[in-house]
Amino acid sequence: MLLFIFRRLSVLIPTFLGVTLLTFGLIRMIPGDPIEVMVGERTLDPVMHAEAMHRLGLDKPLPAQYADYLTNLLHGNFGESLITRDSVWHEFTTLFPATLELATAAMIFAVVVGLLAGVVAAIKRGSIFDHGVMGISLTGFSMPIFWWGLILIMFFSVKLGWTPVSGRLDLAYDITPRTGFMLIDSWLAERADPSANAGAFVDALKHLILPAIVLGTIPLAVIARMTRSSMLEVLREDYVRTARAKGLSPARVIFIHTLRNALIPVLTVIGLQVGTLMGGAVLTETIFSWPGIGKWLIDAISRRDYPVVQNGILIVATLIIVVNFIVDILYGIANPRIRHAK
Amino acid sequence: MMSLLTIKNLSVAFGNPANPFRAVENMDLTVNQGEIVGIVGESGSGKSVTMMALMGLIDAPGRVTADELSFDGKNLLKMSARERRKIVGKDIAMIFQDPMTSLNPSYTVGYQIMEVLKVHQGLRGAALKQRALELMEMVEIPAAKSRLDAYPHQLSGGMSQRVVIAMAIACNPKLLIADEPTTALDVTIQAQIMELLVNLQKSQNMALIMITHDLAVVAEVADRVAVMYAGQVAELGRVPELFRQPAHPYTEALLSSIPEHSKGAERLSTLPGIVPGQYDRPSGCLLSPRCPYAQERCRAERPLLTPSANGSVRCHFPLIAQPVEIRDRKVAQ
Ligand SMILES: Nc1ncnc2c1ncn2[C@@H]1O[C@H](COP(=O)(O)OP(=O)(O)OP(=O)(O)O)[C@@H](O)[C@H]1O
Ligand code: SF4
Ligand SMILES: [Mg+2]
Repeated sequence: MLLFIFRRLSVLIPTFLGVTLLTFGLIRMIPGDPIEVMVGERTLDPVMHAEAMHRLGLDKPLPAQYADYLTNLLHGNFGESLITRDSVWHEFTTLFPATLELATAAMIFAVVVGLLAGVVAAIKRGSIFDHGVMGISLTGFSMPIFWWGLILIMFFSVKLGWTPVSGRLDLAYDITPRTGFMLIDSWLAERADPSANAGAFVDALKHLILPAIVLGTIPLAVIARMTRSSMLEVLREDYVRTARAKGLSPARVIFIHTLRNALIPVLTVIGLQVGTLMGGAVLTETIFSWPGIGKWLIDAISRRDYPVVQNGILIVATLIIVVNFIVDILYGIANPRIRHAK
Repeated sequence: MMSLLTIKNLSVAFGNPANPFRAVENMDLTVNQGEIVGIVGESGSGKSVTMMALMGLIDAPGRVTADELSFDGKNLLKMSARERRKIVGKDIAMIFQDPMTSLNPSYTVGYQIMEVLKVHQGLRGAALKQRALELMEMVEIPAAKSRLDAYPHQLSGGMSQRVVIAMAIACNPKLLIADEPTTALDVTIQAQIMELLVNLQKSQNMALIMITHDLAVVAEVADRVAVMYAGQVAELGRVPELFRQPAHPYTEALLSSIPEHSKGAERLSTLPGIVPGQYDRPSGCLLSPRCPYAQERCRAERPLLTPSANGSVRCHFPLIAQPVEIRDRKVAQ
């Protein structure tokens, strides 16, 4: 097991280097530098432009800039935003809870509904339910997030008026962030001062629900399909026949003897969805004006805010890698054959 | 004596209801208490499907019908699934061909044995563990205590089959079905497992249905044998009489190919062709395309299972004509 962890860890360093090189290169390939973008349409005095670039250290040759960047990283310095002058790390930690809340809600939605649908589809294989789940999940998987988000907004927000169109909370509420999770903060605030903050929690929930569904749709589809096929495979195993021949109840056969083994590949897929989720968060946050990391990065790109783009993406990539790493270890724990491998 | 198990006119059909494939058809079999019955026949002759039907393990769209399916005086056909599960795994237990895949890789050996005891006998705590250890010792697993926490992948094939047997005999079943229990094992281990099964059958006074390709084993241990062909019983009778004097051409062919068969060959060299499958079942006697004795009548009309010298036989022209009593009676008339 230790060796297993060690082997996985050793792949991380090249991965990190790759990410730094990619973000560093890609953002500089987009035409326009931070100063030009800031000034916009107005004509820019070349002398002032050069001065500003020099001040930001952007006049150095690219390899030198990259070396500076890596040196800073090694010192644990993520730099500061060229626009706001705030440290990248601080901006990240301020905005991250919003994304985490959205991603968590989306993942809970995707895992709960996906597992359930997948299990039932497998048990009722060939039934209308099975065909329905598979059809919907195929659609869900290939649905453009942008379009799907807008459809939901048009229907539930605009036509039915059930949910708000954007943001995390109605402007009428003034809630001090404690955990950064609006659902928790609003609940705490409502409990502390019921008269001023009446309905804050429900309002936060209403804001969260559509973005979470939109963001959770693709993972949901993937999880449902994977669960179904994995269940079907395990249901054919000899040991499931043995379990039935033991006279165990169908519930025991399904949940103890089938699902447990079927979950192993599903777990990996869930881990991989964290990456998809971060990608989806960028779009979802933009559609719903959700003040999180995704929106932050999009804004940073359009402003050519190099440090924010480079380090923001690096932090997000690190997170994804760490999560996949944890999933790998969980995978090992769930599967005794790996756990015991030397 | 009332038999422990009675199967009358059992059929198992798969596929399209309009044009079903009868993997098992008009199957008759009785098993008495404490008796060993062998079931032999080539691959695809319906041995496993028959037993799965008895265990209630045939899933839709497979369909099981029978005139009678009773065990220990209880009608299995009239029972709810829940009532049936109280018998399956407890009074009727089954072990399968490949022990390495028959155990759930995610649970310890101890867990899987104790599960049966928990579900059927409500054992808990120390008594449960005690009984599991006892069972593991009964199936001669060395160092049983330390193996309780072992995972299946840590066991050899022979050891796994012992665990599966321990699970099967956990609740002192009245009938144990062993579906080719040694086919997947090393030759040296095969004999050990077979001996263990026969010893357990005696000490526990269970009835044992032994499905095998190995006629030598059947000749040695079984009281009676059912020879199956294409989903039907071709011949049924006492051992060793039936082997000495087969009435059915198929039994004769099986016997003459014994040397290969005891090595586990699944096809007969003495009888060209294979068991007819879903699409090529002949309309007359199912053996007629392969039978060296086949005549016009064989291709037109399906034979019924009728009494023979050593039991019963499904053939228009049995190799030994009629049961002795019947012939005598005719002579007397
Ligand atoms: N679930 C199923 N659906 C359709 N056909 C099936 C199913 N299970 C078994 N069969 C068919 O039923 C026939 C009998 O199969 P069965 O497994 O009983 O043979 P067998 O006598 O046990 O053979 P073997 O010696 O290879 O174990 C075969 O033709 C098989 O293909
Ligand atoms: S009925 Fe005819 S074809 Fe069938 S086994 Fe007897 S002799 Fe052969
Ligand atoms: Mg079989």
